[in-house]
Amino acid sequence: MAIDSKVVAQVAHLARLKVDQADSDALSSRLNDILAMVDQLQQADVTDVAPMAHPLDVTQPLRDDKVSEPDIRDKALEIAPAAEDGCFLVPRVIE
Amino acid sequence: MSWEVVIGLEIHVQLNTASKLFSGSKLSTGAEPNTQASLVDLGMPGTLPVVNREAVRKAALFGLAINADICRHSVFERKNYFYPDLPKGYQTTQLDKPVVGAGEVEISLENGAKKTVRIHHAHLEEDAGKSLHEDFHGMTGIDLNRAGTPLIEVVTEPDMSNAEEAVAFARKLHAIVTSIGICDGDMSQGNMRFDVNVSIRKPGDPLGTRTETKNLNSFRFMERAIKLEVERQIDVLEDGGSIVQETRLYNGDTHTARSMRSKEDANDYRYFPCPDLLPVEITDADLDALKAAMPELPDTRKSRFLADYQLSEYDADLLSGDLATAVFFEAATKAGGDAKLAANWVMGELAAKLNAEEKSIANSPVTAEQLGQLIARLKDGTISSKIAKQVFEACWAGEGDPDTVIEAKGLKQMSDSGELEKIVDDIIANNGPQVEDYRSSDDAKKKKKIGFFVGQAMKVTQGKANPQQLNQLLKEKLG
Amino acid sequence: MHTKTLTELKTGLANGDFSSRELTEHFLARIKQHDGELNSFITVTEAQALAQADAADQAIAAGQGGLLTGLPIAHKDIFCTEGVRTSCGSKMLDTFIAPYTATVVEKMASEGAVMLGKTNMDEFAMGSSNETSYYGPVKNPWDLERVPGGSSGGAAACLGARLAPAATGTDTGGSIRQPAALNNITGLKPTYGRVSRWGMIAFASSLDQAGPMGQSAEDCALMLQAMAGHDHRDSTSLNEKVDDYLGALKDDINGLTIGIPEEFFPDTLDGAIADNSREAIRELKKLGARVVSVSLPSIKLSVPAYYVIAPAEASSNLSRFDGVRFGHRCDDPQDLEDLYKRSRSEGFGDEVKRRILVGTYALSAGYYDAYYRRAQQVRRLIRDDFARAFEKVDVLMGPTAPETAFKLGAKKDDPVSMYMADVFTIGVNLAGLPALSMPTGFINGLPTGTQVIGNYFREGQILNVAHKYQQATDWHRQLPAFGGEQ
Repeated sequence: MAIDSKVVAQVAHLARLKVDQADSDALSSRLNDILAMVDQLQQADVTDVAPMAHPLDVTQPLRDDKVSEPDIRDKALEIAPAAEDGCFLVPRVIE
Repeated sequence: MSWEVVIGLEIHVQLNTASKLFSGSKLSTGAEPNTQASLVDLGMPGTLPVVNREAVRKAALFGLAINADICRHSVFERKNYFYPDLPKGYQTTQLDKPVVGAGEVEISLENGAKKTVRIHHAHLEEDAGKSLHEDFHGMTGIDLNRAGTPLIEVVTEPDMSNAEEAVAFARKLHAIVTSIGICDGDMSQGNMRFDVNVSIRKPGDPLGTRTETKNLNSFRFMERAIKLEVERQIDVLEDGGSIVQETRLYNGDTHTARSMRSKEDANDYRYFPCPDLLPVEITDADLDALKAAMPELPDTRKSRFLADYQLSEYDADLLSGDLATAVFFEAATKAGGDAKLAANWVMGELAAKLNAEEKSIANSPVTAEQLGQLIARLKDGTISSKIAKQVFEACWAGEGDPDTVIEAKGLKQMSDSGELEKIVDDIIANNGPQVEDYRSSDDAKKKKKIGFFVGQAMKVTQGKANPQQLNQLLKEKLG
Repeated sequence: MHTKTLTELKTGLANGDFSSRELTEHFLARIKQHDGELNSFITVTEAQALAQADAADQAIAAGQGGLLTGLPIAHKDIFCTEGVRTSCGSKMLDTFIAPYTATVVEKMASEGAVMLGKTNMDEFAMGSSNETSYYGPVKNPWDLERVPGGSSGGAAACLGARLAPAATGTDTGGSIRQPAALNNITGLKPTYGRVSRWGMIAFASSLDQAGPMGQSAEDCALMLQAMAGHDHRDSTSLNEKVDDYLGALKDDINGLTIGIPEEFFPDTLDGAIADNSREAIRELKKLGARVVSVSLPSIKLSVPAYYVIAPAEASSNLSRFDGVRFGHRCDDPQDLEDLYKRSRSEGFGDEVKRRILVGTYALSAGYYDAYYRRAQQVRRLIRDDFARAFEKVDVLMGPTAPETAFKLGAKKDDPVSMYMADVFTIGVNLAGLPALSMPTGFINGLPTGTQVIGNYFREGQILNVAHKYQQATDWHRQLPAFGGEQ
């Protein structure tokens, strides 16, 4: 399954990455190398094999419904790239 | 040939847990921005989610309330998309294995018929934060207090065929989630938010292209938005156009809707099982405990109201439909000793007043016990119904219990016949011409003219005269 | 002092041979003198280290020491440390002062450890050579023209050169074991879920695991004792009892069954690499171990499965770096799209971007089944292979890496060949098993390592095997010429 610069552009958009036109071909070719290696997966016989999302067959421990977290706004806003009036700032969002 | 309307709903129900779905932050209403957003809610690097037991319990309880299959090993997945109010760049939600599987809800239609709306599934997920557009000089402010709030998203099959059915379903769902105590049900706070999927077709045709109108937060807006969209689709199709699958935004103030083009941007959410979370197990013992703890459901309550209080079908529906109303009604009945009077007051005076002041019954300034006392005084003849309204207003204004108000304002009905007789005698003596006029009238006219004397007596007694007693006395004395 | 193992230093502190302050100053001086060349640290926390050392000296004097009291340790810069820059080797987090501390760091500090600083690493732990770090490549102390391996390359190099007596690392596909092999140190990746991931910046959440890197198995046992345990903040950390790892070192290995997976000695493998590992196995045989041949037929698919699963999880884990709440943000964003795209493209390096793209692609509509789902199915086949092997054997052994340290830049333009550096280590991560790498000799003056893989939660046993081997041999005590003048 080879991918070209058009697919790279679509995927890059989904991942919110900028791909310069100049690098696009080189990037496509690198990605194709990786995908060619990954394509070995198609050799495997996976009939009736359940996908394994986790290394261990265990279930989720649940947390008691208690308020335990302090207000850390000042700490959080201090390391924020842009903040004002207690909020993080982004360019205007148009819905 | 007319159009057939097909409606499906997706409802976000906010669970009323103490803390968030994946963190120990307090659930926020009205807190200063970002003061209830923990490391996890902010999506700080290296942080991890831990599932709130109570949220899972409440979701499963809902499943049992709608006779759904409960998934014994439900799985959280990540829905990946970028948005500033989504701090991790993905929403943790459920897809293939939601906690609640297929179920059903029965609704009553206006013509008295019943209809079953099938529930496709309901899943647990986290809410996003809020984007604030005011006061940031052209920028947008991000408040993540709401991020991580536990929701269940209830997805129906497209089983409703007009706005009224959709509203009936929405109200019923509201009754269920408030009755089982998993949601506060305060629509004004966004506790329940509706997305409606609407399509139209000619009878017998396959399903038409649907649109989704998002985030409707009142029954009224939902009804109006559906009607508006149905009209729009009919106009488009009858003009030879075609419906575009899109997300629409309804504005309740202007009663208009528009397409949300920004959301159409070819979303590919890349769902996959969240590797930070393990399957959530619900055991037989968990289910048994939930069943044992299941509160009374609206349908059961309605039957009980019909049987215990001899209410009309209509009254029973209204009073059992909302948990807070039902609880209020029963407490007022208990305190006042008269279900019919309690029903009339709750649905009449109280409802009107709450409505006018945009208050919920849970926050009613007049308590159920106070209303009960008022009803008791009406029943035992201490006050007339006219005075009762005056007492109710005073209670509403915070002047105390009905008994206190009646006492303080001297509103007790005058039932001492000697005292009233003296007042009547005085009125007859002081109004010679009117007395003469009355006595020379025929019976039909007398009935009208007696009003003058009643009025005079009420004026003198400041409305406290017992009306029956007064009428009786006047008839006797005037002849 | 720097030629002593962590365990020996612990004894020295207890005997009053030196103070923690002296010890800490000694290592800080070595870092100052040698790290300019090695580049193994991103941040050195001198003032904090000295304060912790003084507190440790007081604790020792009061007889209140913990497991690690007064012992200097370097933390990989993937662990959040409150008030200290936590960069993850990325420009994205170059200015990120963590607002909280990782459980691993906190647990070690509560046992009295002194933090020397934060070690260099491949950006977001994505790499096997430490060349993807925003802070420049780390050099291998055995040959400064060669890579130290990765992604815990800084940890392994500073430890190999004895600029720190011990270090923490993380291992997603071999990131503790492969650099351990390339720098002649011992490194352990515990069972998935044995050590908390809270505060460890995620690469691939279902594979990531923190572990100790030390001069010996004994050192690793000491550190793991402090690191392991359930954490209520990490749902995937298991609520299993923590074994007595130091106690387990003393166990007899007579009668131990070692399985040799034939797939770990393919015909294409460098003969000298194979010889060193076979020699190590022979040594254990002399100590009473039994050796049998086993097969892990699906392990050949571990690299392709890994390069779907790890990038897929990473593509999602790294979405939070969006320039909004922390980390790099581009100048003057024109709109939201611009903010996202420029912040992320400026903040991430090439390898990180490649993996995000591969992961995004593997999860996207139409490819999920062919890539992601299939990789997860293959993952189960691999785990089942290991499970079958462990029905017959106690541990599995083979070379840690297929080659010794390669020259800086040698694989820069060939990501796939770089990925093959982890061919023997990745399967263990997919299965979630514990494994360690121990030094087992040299080829042309460059270290090689042998991997010991154990069954779930059998860290004690693999540490025991390595310790017995290290009692019988002295490969692990060999030092590079670099940094030897003090």
